[in-house]
Amino acid sequence: MGSIVRFENVGLRYGSDGGSDGETLSDLNFALAPGAFYFLTGASGAGKTSLLRLLYLAQRPTRGVIQLFDEDVVTVPRERLPGFRRRIGVVFQDFRLIPYLSVYDNVALPLRVAGVEERDLDAPVREMLAWVGLASRSDALPATLSGGEQQRVAIARAVIGRPEILVADEPTGNVDPEMAGRLLHLFDALNRLGTTIVVATHDIHLLSRVSNAQTLRLEAGRLSDPTGALRYPPRTGA
Amino acid sequence: MKRLLALFPSVRAADRRLLREGRLSGPMPWVLAIMLFLTTLAAAGGLALSQAAREIGGDLANRATVQIVQADAAARERQAAATLEVLRRDPAVTSADRVGAAEMATLLEPWLGAQGTDDLPLPVLIDVGLARADAVPALAAGLRTVAPDAGIDDHRAALAPVSRLIGTLRWLALAIVLLMVGATGFVVVLAAASALDTHRGTIDVLHLLGATDIQVARLFQRRIALDALFAGLIGLGAGVAVLALLGRQLAGLGSELVGSVSLPFWSGGVLVALPLATTLLAAATARWTVVRALGRLL
Ligand SMILES: Nc1ncnc2c1ncn2[C@@H]1O[C@H](COP(=O)(O)OP(=O)(O)OP(=O)(O)O)[C@@H](O)[C@H]1O
Ligand SMILES: [Mg+2]
Repeated sequence: MGSIVRFENVGLRYGSDGGSDGETLSDLNFALAPGAFYFLTGASGAGKTSLLRLLYLAQRPTRGVIQLFDEDVVTVPRERLPGFRRRIGVVFQDFRLIPYLSVYDNVALPLRVAGVEERDLDAPVREMLAWVGLASRSDALPATLSGGEQQRVAIARAVIGRPEILVADEPTGNVDPEMAGRLLHLFDALNRLGTTIVVATHDIHLLSRVSNAQTLRLEAGRLSDPTGALRYPPRTGA
Repeated sequence: MKRLLALFPSVRAADRRLLREGRLSGPMPWVLAIMLFLTTLAAAGGLALSQAAREIGGDLANRATVQIVQADAAARERQAAATLEVLRRDPAVTSADRVGAAEMATLLEPWLGAQGTDDLPLPVLIDVGLARADAVPALAAGLRTVAPDAGIDDHRAALAPVSRLIGTLRWLALAIVLLMVGATGFVVVLAAASALDTHRGTIDVLHLLGATDIQVARLFQRRIALDALFAGLIGLGAGVAVLALLGRQLAGLGSELVGSVSLPFWSGGVLVALPLATTLLAAATARWTVVRALGRLL
């Protein structure tokens, strides 16, 4: 398998009848190798979240082809999309925790959606909570957590289903450098298990903290390729 | 109740927690309860009217009365005998009985007083049972030669205005029930839409975690159906209580006409079916509304 994600001539324009202000994303051509680790950087408003939304199937591109797992997801029948989404874990920029569910239930959500039996669910959820250092807060409601703790719940929810692709939008935006390091370590561990990771960040200090990570750079909706990640297929971790 | 719940796709406790609000949230259940109450009354009214219409169409329509008005007693008796003979030979007639003198006196007492009717030239009345309600014109023609002073009264003709009124009221009751069903549907659509709005964030997250439309719809469907069931039972209970009270008061009137208003034995089943039908309608409407709204997401 050559690539797990492939964008061809992808463009995105918000607003149905195409405003005069042009495209938010233009001429995206790239492929991501399975098992690799990517950073997506760019200034605020460059289109990082927009690109990730295309990737986790929250948004349809205005033009172009997007392939996930070697299938064209732009033309695939709508009822097959949930199957694709279950293979992708997402850490949203704004977390999107369900406010009236406990930390435990928020983290368990992807497994429940996937139909995992209650009795098979407790162990992985507890293990995940321990991994992000929230074992003692499992009954807390999100509103009673700090921003960084909420972010860790969001990360736990994104990775609990062992996704093939993990998409994280500014996952370290609300945590201190030490916690940022721990979270990156968690992503790295997941990456070593074979998950393809895409982390959007404008914190350039993060980039050097993961060895053999590739960097994609968005500038005003166009992709540049400072490390040659797109031109030269990256070595996959293993 | 258990059986009814089994009609809904089973949803685990954890799934139920996904939509936080419990039973009877918002105005919808109460609006539904009021509508079910009115529907119950309209349906009961319609059923009672149907029963009345059946009775008029059955017992009463198949009867006629022959009246012989002749001052000369001998001629009157001759015509009466001839009339009875003709009637009893006719295959369309199942019975022909002269109303006796004592019965006549009782019938006339309210008008003439108790001081006897012996010296009055009373008409002869013959009560006729018919095999077919439409036999009256032929009978009248047959009687004209043997009993020129005989007239035949068709009960059906006399009751026609009442029948028409009852028929109209029945249609009205049916129309009210149907309008209520439609309004129930609309209320559920609104409730589902507002629940969707309230839970927009949750739905988006579930959607992006790979929940199918049906999975999401099921959460709403079940909650709204249970609300509707509860509301339906309240409405039905109130409706039945009012009907029981009305029944007691009608019976207390002692009037034969009003006292004969009754519900057929199976009408209880119809009334109980109303909240169940409302529940199913609510579940189906909620599912349709939610699936349609989700269809707009990618
Ligand atoms: N739903 C939307 N409708 C219209 N315009 C949008 C929408 N979402 C984003 N945009 C616009 O698209 C552009 C890119 O936004 P996006 O959120 O992708 O940037 P970003 O790189 O993630 O920024 P940040 O680092 O601040 O999160 C912005 O100009 C933004 O205003
Ligand atoms: Mg962003």
